[in-house]
Amino acid sequence: MTLDEQPTISRKIQSIIFGIMGPKFIKEMASAKVVTPELYDKEGYPVDGGLMDVRLGVIDPGLKCKTCGSKLKECIGHFGYIELARPIIHIKFVKEILDLLRSTCRDCGRILIPQDKIDKHIGTLEVIGEELGLADRRKKVAEIIAGLRTINKCPHCKEKQLKIRLEKPTTFLEDEKRLSPIEIRTRLERVPDEDLEVFGMNSKAVRPEWMVLTVMPIPPVTMRPSITLESGERSEDDLTHKLGDIVRINQRLFENINAGAPEIIIEDLWDLSQYHITTFFDNEVAQLPPARHRSGEPLKTITARIKSKEGRIRHNLAGKRTNFSARTVISPDPKLNINEVGVPLVIAMKLTLPEKVTEWNIKFLKKFVEKGSDVHPGANYIIRPDGKRKKITDETKEQLLEELQPGFIVERHLCNGDISLFNRQPSLHRMSMMCHRVKVLPGLTLRLNPAVCAPYNADFDGDEMNLHIPQTEEARSEAEILMEVQTQLISPRYGLSIIGCNQDAISGNYLLTRKMELPREEAVDLLASIGVTNFSKLPHKKVVSGKEIFSVLIPDDFNFDGVSRSVTSNNPDYIVKIRKGKLLSGVMDKSNLGEGSGLLLRNIHKQYGKDEMVGILGRIYRLGNEVLFKYGFTTKLSDTDMSSEARAQIEIMINEAYADVDKMIEEYHDGILEPLPGRSLAETLELRILERLNKVRNDTGQVVADTANQESDTMAMIRSGARGNLINLAQIAACVGQQALRGGRIDKGFSRRTLSCFRKDDLRPEARGFIKSGFKKGLRPHEMFFMAMTGRDSLMDTALRTPKSGYLYRRLANALQDLKVEYDFTVRDASGKIVQFNYGEDGVDVSRSEGGKINVKNIIKSVV
Amino acid sequence: MADLFRPYRGKMPEKILEDIKENLPPKCSTAKVKKILGAVYQEYNRSLSQPGESVGLVGAESIGEPGTQMTLNTFHFAGVSELNVTTGLPRLIEILDGRKNINTKMMEIYLKKPYSKGKDLKKIAERMKETKLEVFLDEISINIANLQMIILLNKKKLKNADLKEDKVAKILAKSFKGFKFKLQKDESLLVTSSSKDPALNEIYKLKEKIKGTFISGIKGVTQVLPIKGGEEYIIVTAGTNLKEMLKQEYIDITRTVSNDLFEIQALFGVEAARQVIINEVLKVLDAQGINIDIRHIMLVADAMSMSGKVMGINRYGIVKEKPSVLARASFETPIKHIINAALTGEVDYLNSVIENVMMNQLVPVGTGLPGLVTKVK
Repeated sequence: MTLDEQPTISRKIQSIIFGIMGPKFIKEMASAKVVTPELYDKEGYPVDGGLMDVRLGVIDPGLKCKTCGSKLKECIGHFGYIELARPIIHIKFVKEILDLLRSTCRDCGRILIPQDKIDKHIGTLEVIGEELGLADRRKKVAEIIAGLRTINKCPHCKEKQLKIRLEKPTTFLEDEKRLSPIEIRTRLERVPDEDLEVFGMNSKAVRPEWMVLTVMPIPPVTMRPSITLESGERSEDDLTHKLGDIVRINQRLFENINAGAPEIIIEDLWDLSQYHITTFFDNEVAQLPPARHRSGEPLKTITARIKSKEGRIRHNLAGKRTNFSARTVISPDPKLNINEVGVPLVIAMKLTLPEKVTEWNIKFLKKFVEKGSDVHPGANYIIRPDGKRKKITDETKEQLLEELQPGFIVERHLCNGDISLFNRQPSLHRMSMMCHRVKVLPGLTLRLNPAVCAPYNADFDGDEMNLHIPQTEEARSEAEILMEVQTQLISPRYGLSIIGCNQDAISGNYLLTRKMELPREEAVDLLASIGVTNFSKLPHKKVVSGKEIFSVLIPDDFNFDGVSRSVTSNNPDYIVKIRKGKLLSGVMDKSNLGEGSGLLLRNIHKQYGKDEMVGILGRIYRLGNEVLFKYGFTTKLSDTDMSSEARAQIEIMINEAYADVDKMIEEYHDGILEPLPGRSLAETLELRILERLNKVRNDTGQVVADTANQESDTMAMIRSGARGNLINLAQIAACVGQQALRGGRIDKGFSRRTLSCFRKDDLRPEARGFIKSGFKKGLRPHEMFFMAMTGRDSLMDTALRTPKSGYLYRRLANALQDLKVEYDFTVRDASGKIVQFNYGEDGVDVSRSEGGKINVKNIIKSVV
Repeated sequence: MADLFRPYRGKMPEKILEDIKENLPPKCSTAKVKKILGAVYQEYNRSLSQPGESVGLVGAESIGEPGTQMTLNTFHFAGVSELNVTTGLPRLIEILDGRKNINTKMMEIYLKKPYSKGKDLKKIAERMKETKLEVFLDEISINIANLQMIILLNKKKLKNADLKEDKVAKILAKSFKGFKFKLQKDESLLVTSSSKDPALNEIYKLKEKIKGTFISGIKGVTQVLPIKGGEEYIIVTAGTNLKEMLKQEYIDITRTVSNDLFEIQALFGVEAARQVIINEVLKVLDAQGINIDIRHIMLVADAMSMSGKVMGINRYGIVKEKPSVLARASFETPIKHIINAALTGEVDYLNSVIENVMMNQLVPVGTGLPGLVTKVK
């Protein structure tokens, strides 16, 4: 079978109709009647009329299905049935049965509402059914009946009605006398179709007596396969076990009835049968002990199979498994392009791409086959037009090469430039799965350019990522057009570039464009190392400035205005000015190069398109790295050193704050502290103290910022926004500051104090979690303890937050997944209801906007 | 000038046209203006979202993804002039859930002209607060022999609240039938039972009950906080009662809001509630420093309010409204949905995303939407 002879999707499922199976339907659908609980005979062959009957499907290799004649994996399985000796209540319909029994006449089966009243109420019932659901609709019917005050008499046949009670789970009592399922079934049979509609049931899909089973369907063998253990022993599925119980008890019940056994014995067996069938459907019924394995572990029956995250629906139907994928640890490689992924050789030789042999590529593909499966650009399999797969080995190689002709498919190894999908979990947004070009590399990790860490939210502390190889032409082209990295540059969340420079790339460009000056030769060297070959833009001077080097990377007709964050507004470098592709003033830092900030990258993307931008961004990124390589960059402990005067000044500031706080505490105890509006005195004190202590932390931070060596590399990182901030520096050099727990100062622990080394009711800063020392100096024991407290609190916060936000996300995604823009530009849901007449009130796609807006100013500027 | 803009009216949002007007360089020739308008129109058309675009999922992603970065408890260091309101993820969940009882109900009250500049600010604020008798009490004493109770009220506090003893007596008489409240010469209140044989027990019970009687202010407002917001003073309250509040004459009705969706919905209708959803979500996101385009939030708010009343994003709200059985079953409580579908003989036409994923069929959004018609030879 070749690709185009493969069965294409020629049929589509139009709709699925839900309903309840009646006994006739069950028998018609069944291909075998099960009569014995036995599974296999002595030879290990499935018994006829047993639960593993070959008419129900095959799970053994070598056997053929007697119903459809297909072999293992081809036969999808067929239902069977058993005839129940006595009717059994279906546990999932108990509530419905109870409501029907209560609301219909015990004799004539009509609903207990006079005909004229039905017509009157049907409207409101429809509305309730629509808005609140079926259960509430039935409740309303019961209410209407109660409101009639003719409770005791049927309005149609005047029969006296008795009170019906449910003894959970499945016993019905009428006037404290037990109603047998037989009686229940005959009553339900009497309910006419028209009356069913009043209850909101569809008489075409449901007859109420079908809720009491007389015949039970046996699921096909294929949905309850047995597994053969290593010892050769067979281990049956939970469902098979349960069905075995049901059939066994049913047989005994038959025998006893036929033998004319006493009523008590029959009743007992009947109840037991009811128990088994109930637990077959649901093994978690509140009032019943769950059926267990011999090991004591509860059986997993039908309900448990369907529901919850591990159930059929969410696990197998809404989520699927895939082949042609790989997963390993990731590591960074700034030499790769942004849209490339480095694939280890071993993986490239396992993952394959099917390529169809034609007249034109046969030579090309033969080369792959020649190499075999052990040398890299080789091939693993050949698929003949009849669908036979042949493995390429040293022995078969010669023959296969001869055989190869147009129409064959060669499954060749992954090569450079092939299309792949790269993904990191949790896949929270569409940028979590992007299309990368393969680059086969030595080593054992998947490699990516660190600039794409941001959309994946990846780091390299052991993160693993997945790689998928699309196998069809359609999938590949869709991946390439819709998912490649350059198409995902602009985040649909806020309309700015989500991919930008980070870390070293920022600090490098910052240092370069700030005041670096280089001899022209060195500049050429630098540019050559990032792959630039055209140096015509570099001015012919002996010494060129960093800005001029940076300008080489910018297209010649690019204009831009912006501001940088690293210098104050009175510095001429505050304003970033690019005219005709030349950086005239301004320092490059995070606010222009960083991810999700600034319009520089956004404008390049707009003006030159996605492919061009990937190139420019890649070069800027490498330039930054290269600068640091060449000129060195070290963040060192001595960067946090302070002069002794500064240290003394900080000491004084902290002491002042302590004194102020002491004064406040005193005022509080004397009761002369002025309370803030809407606050108690104690709250006021807390707030005032917090305010004061926060101020002193900021003040010390300012001292650190002012006195620290402005030219240090640590400072360069902070200023440029590459990593770290002033607070981090201040915490290392001067003072860590107040530790906050549950939105206030620390006050928990021992009775009326935080630690036993303090007096009771001590409100002073150091007794309530203020850390006076800096990290470099080291924390004192109680300070370290406070820090550990808040550290643990934040761990807890993360642990609690993840599932909460995950659930919110799941709900949002589930509620909104069907909303799409229609051809008339309205936003509608799956049923065609209009949600918005124009998406976002102006129809603009955020990922095509600039920060959510149309940049009118820019257009005017470009026109004028 | 206006002639030039006319052909684009209705084709582009007003805001963009205004933007153009504002940013036009002085003395711009007609030809240039025309050119600019054309260029902007082209750009606008290029930025439109295209049919099939799965805007719902993109919106859900845009809100869900940063949700993981939000903090649970926010901590304000210098938050002296702020009420302790629920923010962050819990508040976001609360809004999107469409919860009837939110954790911290709040009103922001804007004042009319002279008051907004600070006139009588404290007095107005104090008067809004729900005050119980307790606050005005100096002393309650019980005369066991005569079976009487004497209430002494604090004059100063009464005056602050613009009340007099006789008025308090009236309010008390109204809320406690069966007792007489008499104003005595020394301005204390004498309480006697009006039944024939009064029991001491009753008087004692009354003493405790009477303290909690609502005397003045606005019911539901438990805390008031005047804040200077920009140019003017506003009052922030904990607890809401917008209906009563809007009756006060010193209030700027047009701007005063509550953060309770359902209160707004009952008072102003679903469109207003939608706006509150948007505003409240934006408030949370701003406080966390998270940047999400307003279009995503609008879409969520519209989806929540499209049926005419606010529905939460949960299995009792939006998800319940889905036409497809399988889509509902794949969310929560699958068994319930399947059983009910069987009883009503529901038909699933496989119109939305998740059912088609289950069936291994093309999903009707994005590139799965268009069909192709070819001539068969």
